[in-house]
Amino acid sequence: MKMTRLRPILIALGLLAAWQTLTWATGVPPYILPDPLRVARALWGRFDLIAAHAATTALEILLGLVLGTLLGATSALLLAASKRARDWVLPVLVVSQALPVFALAPLLVLWLGYGLPSKVAMAVLIIYFPVTAAFFDGLRRTPEGWLELARVMDARPAAILWRIRVPAALPAFASGLRVAAAVAPIGAVVGEWVGSSSGLGYLMLHANARMQTDLLFASLFVLCLMALLLWYAVDRLLRRLVAWPSEPLHPA
Amino acid sequence: MRPAEPAPAVRVEVERLALEGRTLMEGLVLDLPAGRTTCLLGPSGVGKSTLLRLTAGLLPGAVRSASDGLPLDGRIAWMAQSDLLLPWLTVEDNLLLGFRLRGARGGEFARARERAGELLARVGLAERAHALPHQLSGGMRQRAALARTLVEDRPIVLMDEPFSALDAITRHRLQDLAAELLGGRTVLLVTHSPLEALRLGHEVRVLDGAPARLGPPLRPPGSPPRTADPALLALEARLLEELAGAPRPTLEAAA
Repeated sequence: MKMTRLRPILIALGLLAAWQTLTWATGVPPYILPDPLRVARALWGRFDLIAAHAATTALEILLGLVLGTLLGATSALLLAASKRARDWVLPVLVVSQALPVFALAPLLVLWLGYGLPSKVAMAVLIIYFPVTAAFFDGLRRTPEGWLELARVMDARPAAILWRIRVPAALPAFASGLRVAAAVAPIGAVVGEWVGSSSGLGYLMLHANARMQTDLLFASLFVLCLMALLLWYAVDRLLRRLVAWPSEPLHPA
Repeated sequence: MRPAEPAPAVRVEVERLALEGRTLMEGLVLDLPAGRTTCLLGPSGVGKSTLLRLTAGLLPGAVRSASDGLPLDGRIAWMAQSDLLLPWLTVEDNLLLGFRLRGARGGEFARARERAGELLARVGLAERAHALPHQLSGGMRQRAALARTLVEDRPIVLMDEPFSALDAITRHRLQDLAAELLGGRTVLLVTHSPLEALRLGHEVRVLDGAPARLGPPLRPPGSPPRTADPALLALEARLLEELAGAPRPTLEAAA
């Protein structure tokens, strides 16, 4: 119990010590690899600047996550409910995944401008597929026994979807959302790298160009922290939402 | 708990049913007498479950009719081997699933809820009405499934090995409970246990052979649930021998 709580702290301390030792032993200049203390000072000294940019990125990530999830969930429901949608849209969806989303980033900036919309669009694009695929997969794998029970009960088709298939697919949807929460920051930051006037990605790019490597590391640290917090928040929420064992009690 | 409407007799006719080129059934007629329990026995793989699913309308390929001439749809309740409880619903909500799926509201739903409460008390789960299925033991879950089957209050009940996953003592108790609660309904109970069939069935039918044939109805004395007395156990032994020594072409040729 005590060990499991201490472990993350010990791992972090170990990594910091290794980092410190590396910079000290190799004597590399701070603009190549700053030591942890220097990064901490940058984080402390430039906190206002980093916080302002972090707020932009956080907003992009959250908006992207919410919109991407809504869009993905709607698509999965549509695919599950209509055979025509499956026949026409599913191939397009699969082909669209062959397209590297990162390659689209410059286009998005061209179309949607340097501001928030292009970053949100980027995050949405990157989130959309895992959410759709996972939820749709869950909707397709409703245990046959439950559907047969519903048929004998003369269930209405809409009721089967909402009362059986959707709840049964929630564990799968949750896995899709966890992946989405993990990749959403990537989408936002890639968007910022390609063209932006604020955000952590923008700050890092500029710090890099000006050899302010300590500021770059400080921004990276904040970005990591935000990504972790988001993942844990989503995970906690999903655990509360899906409070039953994910395996059916008896395979039907 | 007598059914709200009188239970009709049911006839299921299968002209020919083939699966992957193999003829499973041919010219088969199953009669379920009105308000009685018919138990279907037979070696595994012979098509007992298939026949039950044909009766339920879950599989196409059979002509089903009721003695009152009305269609069977909406008059059948089904209980499978696994409890099929939805893990995200409480026991009470699982009992009311059928009414929710049909979009019942107002007075109808209130009556169903009342009935669910009564049935939960009858199967000894009144205290666990708000528990989730995974918090219950296997026997409790199967009792909940039995209660759900009866909340539907349908005159025809089809049960596919409903107690086979339970331990012997739990199974015995549930058989008594089921016999008591199913009274007055037309019931088809598929089982692989001759003793269960003999305890619960007004009629016991054996399905055997390829293509499958139905044996003549066996009517054990007395009314269900019968106690497992020596006479019944002797009958069980005979049935078991018959099932085990079921005439297979190769064996017959050797003899």
